[in-house]
Amino acid sequence: MLTILNNALAIIGRFVLGALAVIGSLARFTWEALTHLVRPPFYWSHIGKQMLTIGYFSLPVVGLTALFTGAALAQQIFVGGSRFNAESVVPGVVVIAIVRELGPVLGGLMVAGRVSSAMAAELGTMRVTEQIDALVTLSTDPMKFLVIPRIIASVLTLPLLVLVANILGVYGGFVIGTTRLGLNEGSYLQVTMDFLENSDVYSSLVKAAVFGFIIALMGSYHGYNSSGGAQGVGKATTDAVVSAFIMILLANLIITVIVFGTG
Amino acid sequence: MTKQKIIMQDVKKSFGNKVVLNGVNLSVKDGESLVIIGGSGTGKSVAIKCIIGILMPDSGIIKVDGTDVTKMKLTDRKDILSKFGMLFQGGALFDSLPVWKNVAFGLIHGKNMNVVDAKEIAMEKLRRVGLSPDVGLLSPSELSGGMQKRVGLARAIATEPEIIFFDEPTTGLDPIMADVINDLIVECVKDLGATTITITHDMASARKISDRIAMIHKGKIIWEGATATVENSGNAYVEQFIHGSADGPIEMEILKP
Repeated sequence: MLTILNNALAIIGRFVLGALAVIGSLARFTWEALTHLVRPPFYWSHIGKQMLTIGYFSLPVVGLTALFTGAALAQQIFVGGSRFNAESVVPGVVVIAIVRELGPVLGGLMVAGRVSSAMAAELGTMRVTEQIDALVTLSTDPMKFLVIPRIIASVLTLPLLVLVANILGVYGGFVIGTTRLGLNEGSYLQVTMDFLENSDVYSSLVKAAVFGFIIALMGSYHGYNSSGGAQGVGKATTDAVVSAFIMILLANLIITVIVFGTG
Repeated sequence: MTKQKIIMQDVKKSFGNKVVLNGVNLSVKDGESLVIIGGSGTGKSVAIKCIIGILMPDSGIIKVDGTDVTKMKLTDRKDILSKFGMLFQGGALFDSLPVWKNVAFGLIHGKNMNVVDAKEIAMEKLRRVGLSPDVGLLSPSELSGGMQKRVGLARAIATEPEIIFFDEPTTGLDPIMADVINDLIVECVKDLGATTITITHDMASARKISDRIAMIHKGKIIWEGATATVENSGNAYVEQFIHGSADGPIEMEILKP
């Protein structure tokens, strides 16, 4: 009995120590990244290349996700609202839901799935093939050269992507609302504008920037610290996506409570 | 008296419970070519990674040109790192860049040289290691193992460093190509007058490129001496290693539970 209890405590202890080690390592990596963010040199061409990879090449997946979600949302709200003769709330609810929540969250998750994994795979391969060590021997700081351009590009690009996602999400609701649900085009747009407030847009863009930081940080952290060959790179890729997803959803909750928590 | 270029004093490094370096004492004179031999997992690569700053030792002192670099952070190492060049075992070429940009990397990013001049030097270094300018335009993935080693060597010498590390330069190559690489290393090092540390299992390579040989075992230097004396070292571990014998103290220790 005592042995079973000891084993159980040992397992719990190992888990807690492992979790604390990961948190400590991530905190140290984040601090290092933040201190490098404000110190030259800056590799502008790398930042530009990463903005193209993260932003431009993510446009189709983010745009289509937002468009279809906005359209489906309008359909659902119309059906639900019709039970209370409240079909007219469709434009207002769609714009609030898209701009405050679905645009940034779905955009963030789609980009995380696409970009965090790619970053982790690329940096992980560089780690296990000693390319990151080679950078050091060539007088180049790997953190500065590999991680910082990705973080800057991601933080700058995500708000632009989410802006596009918000517009397309609202447009998706507008198309379904006016072509299928019989809502008037002019009044749809008017209600949309009446419901939307500046704070909605600001919070959406702030969320996007935070999610951008998380996406690049998780992809870089797991790739940069990967080990153990091809299997290690595969694990880093999975861990990057899973941790980015969880942290995006947690950050979204925190920002939402801070911005809208007081009503 | 020739000055000591690199000094390691009682350097220790562990990964978790695994002790890799257990008090390494080693010094390399200016212009000297030292080869470190030893079995897999004995701490050879970890030792040179501690010198260059890729890994931080747990204790001990490492000096380069008299400067204590033991606990120096990477961000403060720029001046020290500009003295180093390194040829990695697998080449470690950047597969996102063409060959010439790999060779020119240290010149462009480490020495802030303009791209045109750096490209010219890169092409010259490629020629120096027996590769034509056409190769400079290829991707590293298009090269054979031997060509990748040559490109790695060209990259290591491109900035004309004072200290060059060669990590298993002939591993994975056929004997003829291995000898070509050995000759290139000897020629390039002679041209530059560089101090070198080479890690290898290949005794033919060790005899050809070294002035002095040191053997590391269980994280400690257990023997060192002039290359000519390695055959008569009187050390059972060295004897077994250089003759590649399955019987001897090293095997007995491996077989211990």
